[in-house]
Amino acid sequence: MNKTVNQKAWFLVLPVVILVAFNALIPLMTVVNYSVQETFGDNTFFWSGVRWFEQILQSDRFWASLGRQLFFTFTILLIEVPLGVAIALTMPKKGPWVSVCLVLMALPLLIPYNVVGAMWNIFALPDIGLLGKLLNSIGFDYNYTRQTGDAWFTLILMDVWHWTSLVVLLAYAGLVSIPDAYFQAAKIDGASSWKIFRFIQLPKMKRVLTIAILLRFMDSFNIYTEPVVLTGGGPGNSTTLLSIDLVKIALGQFDLGPAAAMSLVYFLIILLTSWIFYTLMMRNEEQ
Amino acid sequence: MAKITLKDLRHSYLANPQTPADYALKRLDLEWRDGGAYALLGPSGCGKTTLLNIISGLLVPSHGQVLFGERDVTRLPTEARDIAQVFQFPVVYDTMSVYDNLAFPLRNRGVPEDQVDKRVRIIAEMIDLTGMLERRASGLTADGKQKISLGRGLVRENVNVIMFDEPLTVIDPHLKWLLRSKLKELHQKLGTTMIYVTHDQTEALTFADQVVVMKDGEVVQSGTPVELFEKPHHTFVGHFIGSPGMNIIPCQVSGGQVRVGENTIEVGNAGKLGTREGMFELGVRPEFTTFAKTGLPVSVAKVTDTGRNKIVDTRHGKLSIKLLVGNGAEIPSENAHLAFDAAHAQVYDNGWLAE
Repeated sequence: MNKTVNQKAWFLVLPVVILVAFNALIPLMTVVNYSVQETFGDNTFFWSGVRWFEQILQSDRFWASLGRQLFFTFTILLIEVPLGVAIALTMPKKGPWVSVCLVLMALPLLIPYNVVGAMWNIFALPDIGLLGKLLNSIGFDYNYTRQTGDAWFTLILMDVWHWTSLVVLLAYAGLVSIPDAYFQAAKIDGASSWKIFRFIQLPKMKRVLTIAILLRFMDSFNIYTEPVVLTGGGPGNSTTLLSIDLVKIALGQFDLGPAAAMSLVYFLIILLTSWIFYTLMMRNEEQ
Repeated sequence: MAKITLKDLRHSYLANPQTPADYALKRLDLEWRDGGAYALLGPSGCGKTTLLNIISGLLVPSHGQVLFGERDVTRLPTEARDIAQVFQFPVVYDTMSVYDNLAFPLRNRGVPEDQVDKRVRIIAEMIDLTGMLERRASGLTADGKQKISLGRGLVRENVNVIMFDEPLTVIDPHLKWLLRSKLKELHQKLGTTMIYVTHDQTEALTFADQVVVMKDGEVVQSGTPVELFEKPHHTFVGHFIGSPGMNIIPCQVSGGQVRVGENTIEVGNAGKLGTREGMFELGVRPEFTTFAKTGLPVSVAKVTDTGRNKIVDTRHGKLSIKLLVGNGAEIPSENAHLAFDAAHAQVYDNGWLAE
């Protein structure tokens, strides 16, 4: 067999290359460009090397935002993943209620982020909001605009309300794909429902849960709109997550260099964590 | 261990079955002795899986009873029935080792660990998994996994019955043969009642002492492989079992005489015809059909060499009649006639053997 060598095939991938270049590579390189230069208003640039990176990594403000970000992400993962699995387990597998449940579950996912933020902002207001008023009337001193703990509570509750559905839908997809024979076999083997969950359902959901955790990790690490609308990062800086801080630096203070350096660090953290997590899960799979 | 009795069993998946067609399983009475090897044979959708699920307790029948020994288990849940089942597709607990998989049914029932160990090793030895006990079950090939499923079925002592639901579907052909003989051997060693569901006649006939042939939710015949072969009770059995299947030839019956066209044919059940007259069907297997000097005139249409012998497809008018001839035998090119072995030619009335 003779292979035909024809370099013209490269032209066929050209549209994709252009697309990727414009929506990912070029913007990213712009950021890289900013991150190693000092800018002034009239479009003048000076080479500054890794100075912005050093500044970011030595700044307490950055580490504080990162700390809050990590706390937020891990807290919502700890709540949303087990809760999502638990809800998926209670959903019916067949019958007319399946579609009702699926639609109900999908609803929060369809609401625009800023609307979610606005909804919860009003819902949780201590004087007129349903939730805020209720909590106060039953004896809690609840005010998310003034008290850090309350702000965090509202922020996490909002995210759980908005995004647990995603975990539910993914886990549910994993559950319904398990053949009936597994449950019949488990019955015959005399397995308890805990053992059925532990040895059949959970292992069969592993792939979808990996995806769910990855998606929720990345999304929550990037979260911006909802907390900005809800708390604006306050009270004080207490709910200022990484992305909020980044916008403050880039657009509030117009420090493009440090903001670009911070974006890259931010990006690398997400990339690295996702990669490590994915590799670990998949290596486990192969064994 | 116990005898299994199915009494007046009927099942419909509909809430209010009206006509017989609404029943997935029509009236069934069977008795299976303790320690027997049985096969349920039939095409897809004939109700064999329904029957199996009723026996295993995954389904409660609309009518009738299932007895294990003298005990009525019709409404007993699966886990209370002491049965084992091997499914069409291998079911293994992926995260466990092969050993833990085999031990699972015993541990769930609180069997002491030293007995679990003893039993697991005996069964692993029987199904050739001893060398793999420490491996993770998910890493095994399809036949290895099916062996684990099989092993989990065998590992408990004193189960009432082990059921196999087309267990060799996903197994490579050359391993099918091995596993099939393994099953037969295990049956002899353990002496547990085994029920084997399949649509493959070879699997059914090699495994079982007694084969139950089903069609459209009914048992058409229950008998030994030899009975099914030599004296099918229904043309369906004749056609479904054997390769090629039985020849079904329209015939005229009058005055106790069976005629195909102008030719009178000797049949085994002529005495049972009584005063019946009219058009019936003559069933005779290719194995019991030979070329002869006189008899039914045919022309040879096609010869297929199977290696061991030849399948000759002949035509009488438009009717196809097949016969098997030895490799050395001569096949007449013209003026061919067919003769039928009278002891193995039967007349069928509306599909059923005239009796």
